[in-house]
Amino acid sequence: MKDKPVISIKDLVVGFGDQTVLDHLSLDVRKGEILGVVGKSGGGKSVLLRTIIGLLPKWHGKIEVLGTDLDNATEQERRALERRWGVLFQQGALFSSLTVRQNVQFPMRENLEISQRLMDEMALAKLDMVGLTPVDADKYPAELSGGMTKRVALARALALDPEIVFLDEPTSGLDPIAAGDFDALIKTLQGTLGLTVYMNTHDLESLYAVCDRIAALADGRIVALGSMETMLECTHPWVQTYFQGKRGGMLTKRIGQLVD
Amino acid sequence: MASDGALLTAKFEDGRLELAAGGSWTAPHAAEIEALVDRAAADLGRAKAVSIDMRGVREFDTFGAWLLERLTRQWRSAGASPAVVGMPEHDRTLLKEMSGVNLEPVVSPAQPNPIVSALAALGSGVAGFGRDLGTFANMLGAIGVAAVRVLARPREFRFTSAVNQFDRVCWQAVPIILLITFLIGAIIAQQGIFHFRKFGAEMYAVDLVGILILREVGVLIVAIMVAGRSGSSYTAELGSMMMREEVDALRTMGFDPVEVLILPRVLVLIIALPVLTFLGSMAALYGGGLVAWLYGGMSPEIYISRLEEAISLTHFKVGMVKAPFMGLVIGVVACAEGLLVKGSAESLGLQTTASVVKSIFLVIVLDGLFAIFFASIGM
Repeated sequence: MKDKPVISIKDLVVGFGDQTVLDHLSLDVRKGEILGVVGKSGGGKSVLLRTIIGLLPKWHGKIEVLGTDLDNATEQERRALERRWGVLFQQGALFSSLTVRQNVQFPMRENLEISQRLMDEMALAKLDMVGLTPVDADKYPAELSGGMTKRVALARALALDPEIVFLDEPTSGLDPIAAGDFDALIKTLQGTLGLTVYMNTHDLESLYAVCDRIAALADGRIVALGSMETMLECTHPWVQTYFQGKRGGMLTKRIGQLVD
Repeated sequence: MASDGALLTAKFEDGRLELAAGGSWTAPHAAEIEALVDRAAADLGRAKAVSIDMRGVREFDTFGAWLLERLTRQWRSAGASPAVVGMPEHDRTLLKEMSGVNLEPVVSPAQPNPIVSALAALGSGVAGFGRDLGTFANMLGAIGVAAVRVLARPREFRFTSAVNQFDRVCWQAVPIILLITFLIGAIIAQQGIFHFRKFGAEMYAVDLVGILILREVGVLIVAIMVAGRSGSSYTAELGSMMMREEVDALRTMGFDPVEVLILPRVLVLIIALPVLTFLGSMAALYGGGLVAWLYGGMSPEIYISRLEEAISLTHFKVGMVKAPFMGLVIGVVACAEGLLVKGSAESLGLQTTASVVKSIFLVIVLDGLFAIFFASIGM
């Protein structure tokens, strides 16, 4: 049981109209790992993520998350599964009419029957975990900076102590320092909470710093899967350009020096 | 996921309180654990030393960790030194994570005095009314300046945009306006005939229909419909452009948002309202005539000749003169409210509501002022 992947995707085909975006894609995510998914802009990363969490319909294939197949799940099983994952959307997707505290409490209020006191305490505890202070708790999303929005969104994704967290471009739009902090935060939380993290990213630094495995998505399928070394050795032209190109190459060199 | 064994059991032994935890200390059980933890905290009074054995716990998450932390904190503040034993290293990290949170008591925002807050709401409402008038005057001025500038350089007028808006605001509104005014005309005629019949004065129902529709009802119904239909869409459009910084982008490229976005919209409304009012009034007169024929037994020839006697060009002019001003008011209010939208979806909803309510209110106030004006000049 232990080695069973937490997310298992087999032969997935997804598209819009007459355009196929994901073409017979298969991918397994292991328990407790941080998986980084890279790919072209518009190459289907977000489509894959949204298909896994059931926001987009698939044409063909099978997706199992935590042993549940969403297609055959009853309404109840579905809800139970949705409690066991948290999603951080690219723009944060905070509810703009609720304060930060209420945003974090929202999943708790809907899914748990706990006292207001415990809910307040837990909301502040979650905010503390993502590096925010109680002062921020009564702000509205419109008053937050980009980095804070992402942190609040992460706190909300973690509200019910999920087993899997899906992150869509968690560091996009953040300055390098904030992005680095956010990476460190994800790594720490993964350690303390035993999370499995599925992360779409463009950020090479993130890939180096936190990801246990990297999946490269090109031409609608996974063309390379494994550690950074695997990526560097991969012969697929897009993967080569990505990791050996101007920006990737610079980083690779730097990381190489650090390792030496 | 089911918890096996009790979540928390307590036992006393020579003044020692020994607790044994078990099962799942996770979010789904948080409510039960909280109750047990509160009881355990109160139990301390009788014990000298206290320890909690976590060996039986199968699952542990932040909810469990916080409740355990809260319990030990309460014990410590009561003077005991609790011992937590039998906890795996991994869970201990999580517990340590919790030791820094909620050190200050959670302060929920203070509830203000209801009388004070009612007075404050009244005060800010009155101040808001004054501020609104200022905003509308400001918008009217900005539109005037933009109009003068465009008059000086007519090539800069956004003609394409204006045509597109005209299609949406005027042309596409025609069917619904015709339908509504037709029904209103029919209802007025029916009521007039029904009540005048008691005095044998059915013919005067035609006077009622003609004068009422041409002078007041035609233009008012159309203005209210347009405020609800196009005013709200102006506010929502401009508001979401504000939210996505499109208006700021225009400004940084050296364009004046009033000239590019607002002037064409308001001008189109000023043209559209007389057109729609004319069409609407005709539809209402037609509806009135149909009811007079079918319900009142008045042949169309009689209806038309009676109408000719009852109404004059003056009545028609009174209605039509008002229409462009109503259009201006609706446009100014809708655009001013649109530019007040802040970053949130809630604010967009609030401003759209405010736009429709305020423009309908102002349209009716304006109609009242016109009534006084026309009465005093004898029209």
